[in-house]
Amino acid sequence: MARLLALVLMVALALPARAQDAFLDALAGLGGGFGAQAEAADRLGSLGDPRAIAPMRALSDGRLLRRADGTLVIRTDSGGIEAATGAPADAAGAETVRINNRVRVALRGALGKLQLVSPDAAERLAAAEAVFRSRSAENVPLLDAALARETQPRIRERMELALAASRIVATDPAQKRAGIATLGASSSPEARAILLEARAQNAELLAEIEAAVAAIDRRLAVRRAAETFFQGLSLGSVLLLAALGLAVTFGVMGVINMAHGEFVMLGAYTTFLVQQALRDIPGLAPFALPLSVPAAFLVAGLAGLLMERGLIRHLYGRPLETLLLTFGVGMMIQQAVRLAFGAQNREVTSPPWMQGTLMLPFDIPVTANRLWILLFSLAFFLLIVAAIRFTRFGLEMRAVTQRRPIAAAMGIRTGRVDALTFAFGSGIAGIAGVALSQIDNVSPNLGTGYIIDSFLVVVFGGVGSLAGTLIASFGLGLVNKVLEPWAGAVLAKVFVLVAVMVFIQRRPRGLFPQKGRAAEA
Amino acid sequence: MSATALDTPPSRLRLGLRAGMIGAVCLLAAFPVLNQLPETHALHVSDFLVSVSGKWICYAILALSLDLAWGYAGILSLGHGAFFALGGYAMGMHLMRLIGPRGVYGHPVLPDFMVFLGYRELPWYWLGFDNVAFAMLMVLLVPGVLALVLGWLCFRSRITGVYLSIITQAMTYALMLAFFRNDMGFGGNNGFTDFKELLGMPLNTGAARAALFYASLVSLVVCYLLCRWMTATKYGRVLTAIRDAESRVRFLGYDVTRHKLFAFVASAMMAGLAGALYVPQVGIINPGEFSPGNSIEAVVWVAVGGRGTLVGAVLGAFSVNGLKTWLTSAAPDLWLFVLGGLFVAVTLFLPKGLIGLLQGRGK
Repeated sequence: MARLLALVLMVALALPARAQDAFLDALAGLGGGFGAQAEAADRLGSLGDPRAIAPMRALSDGRLLRRADGTLVIRTDSGGIEAATGAPADAAGAETVRINNRVRVALRGALGKLQLVSPDAAERLAAAEAVFRSRSAENVPLLDAALARETQPRIRERMELALAASRIVATDPAQKRAGIATLGASSSPEARAILLEARAQNAELLAEIEAAVAAIDRRLAVRRAAETFFQGLSLGSVLLLAALGLAVTFGVMGVINMAHGEFVMLGAYTTFLVQQALRDIPGLAPFALPLSVPAAFLVAGLAGLLMERGLIRHLYGRPLETLLLTFGVGMMIQQAVRLAFGAQNREVTSPPWMQGTLMLPFDIPVTANRLWILLFSLAFFLLIVAAIRFTRFGLEMRAVTQRRPIAAAMGIRTGRVDALTFAFGSGIAGIAGVALSQIDNVSPNLGTGYIIDSFLVVVFGGVGSLAGTLIASFGLGLVNKVLEPWAGAVLAKVFVLVAVMVFIQRRPRGLFPQKGRAAEA
Repeated sequence: MSATALDTPPSRLRLGLRAGMIGAVCLLAAFPVLNQLPETHALHVSDFLVSVSGKWICYAILALSLDLAWGYAGILSLGHGAFFALGGYAMGMHLMRLIGPRGVYGHPVLPDFMVFLGYRELPWYWLGFDNVAFAMLMVLLVPGVLALVLGWLCFRSRITGVYLSIITQAMTYALMLAFFRNDMGFGGNNGFTDFKELLGMPLNTGAARAALFYASLVSLVVCYLLCRWMTATKYGRVLTAIRDAESRVRFLGYDVTRHKLFAFVASAMMAGLAGALYVPQVGIINPGEFSPGNSIEAVVWVAVGGRGTLVGAVLGAFSVNGLKTWLTSAAPDLWLFVLGGLFVAVTLFLPKGLIGLLQGRGK
């Protein structure tokens, strides 16, 4: 506490000497009679000098002492400090200054005003909000003084709004105009409400107020649109993550994997397990999430490999049977996880750098984890495209997809490629699970919610086209979020489902149909 | 009857199955009678068994309808539960209207949930449901029209196989989301319950239960005969040909879309009927009936019994549901493993289901 006060004093010393004198003048009054004390409190309150806060608080708490020579000392736990300078002082022999109710009321009022210049940022912000709500022309000089010393942009902004709101209720038309102009330059719904309120009382300023409201409305509309856009992108990135693995197994291999959602869920549980395992290792705990990515890829990939080798390969060319089989396997995986971990949600904590909210330009609030997931999904997409395009495995995979017998004749072991491709797609689903564990509940039925959406994305984008999957997921995400405000979340989803079904009517092979002989099969 | 498999001399298996079916129907028909015997009697059938087998009969109708679509027309619908639920909702609306002023709030016309949600008057789509004939018409028409629209859109643009499956699954999923909404006017997630009477019979009496049981049993027999007739005619032969080689049948000049559409709509109507019979027996209908899991469970009944055989679907519905009823009380954790395992086992080892197993024996 003492150190904080010293800091405040150092800041205060930089003030012009005239203000210091006024402060010292008024401060002395706190040691006088009840009348003088109340008057001094009022003066200190209007001066807007943060040095006055400590002595006035001390006075109201009964910790302000007066020496025989009239100077004031603040009693602290460790001794005392000078009320005027904040230097350490000896409180011995000084007697407590007494106050009455009148002084107490005056102190409370003065301290309330001084909160605007309090050393505590949160207190200043709260005071600015309070002044903004109370809206009285009296506060204008006080706010001016506070603004002169405020350095934090966020608090300055609130104070400016409060100042403008106070100016509007002033009697001077010039002041009013200045207030209206400031409010009109902001983009807050509260400023709009204040302007609308002022419209009724200021017929002569009608045109200016209307213009200011219109300006705010424009900015608000832009912000809303930008917010919707980001939400759409965010939903799109989730869809992309969920659908990418499917785009490989279904799109490239033509295998319907209804257990895809369960592989996503396995990835999310792997994240949980890695987090639990590394929790007590101080050096590794912060890296739990990055380490979960390869772990989830391995777990889900291995599960996929086992499923392909053990079951699916017996059913190639029989898509409906594959669908039923994989559904059954998904059901068993889900129940196994439910028995092992319980049906309730497991908590996966986000690392610090993924928490909180960021402000983009135009005041668009963006949750950090959604932004990370958006970036991650795009990077991940590029990685997969590169893997399929530039690696030996990718080349073999494309060869087998396009013309299996020729690929086999060229010496490619098609069975091995099938197994690895399926494992690859399943592993991708696992990685999607890592990302989804950050924004969704990690529970055994995590995956079921994504499976239908993922299929729609893949079918809409065009089976076998990764670019189509990208465009389809962001397209569907955006459409969904644009529809949501006026249709509600559920109906928007229903609309999108119906729209995709109608779209498939027109273009049964999706946005980006595969060309060539493989497409005819 | 034109050229069908039935023209060939009936095999021993076929004769055996036919005898078994007639025997099973007679046995089921005796259930409500045996239920009247004193509890100490050796042949007494418990209330539980009567009510649970009444449910199974409804499931068997659903399985039959699915077999018509999947087994004969090759349309693997993963959304047949939606038709079942729509039939159930139509019946539920009728039952809700019959409650009249006996609801908790005592409103003369509006069902309780509407009073609760602040409705002033009945929504237009509830009009007419107080009339039993109209309600029964809707039980068939609503699923039928939905199947007509969806089927027309899909079959016309030659969406087949897994694509069609996914679309039907998306349909039932979308309907589930929609019916969970309170402002749809269908009771939100609570659905309809607290039914009082049907056709003037109070529902909580043994006589009403027996009547519903017999109605379901008769419906099952009628639906079975209908399906058998449909699949045995020339129409049925074309349908089977479409299932096996759709393009070839189209090139031969048949209107594939119309053939498939007819089977799909008939199948949806049957599923709706099953739902309508089911709801008064269980006393509740809620959006959970639309969940994709229900539809896919129905698929496994057909797969276990043996698709494309009609008898198999009925057999599958009874055996899988019997297993489910037993396991969910004996070892509830195991049921989903068993159900999942059934999917795997049937697709890998028993592609023709239980009937296929019997056929193997019969040879």
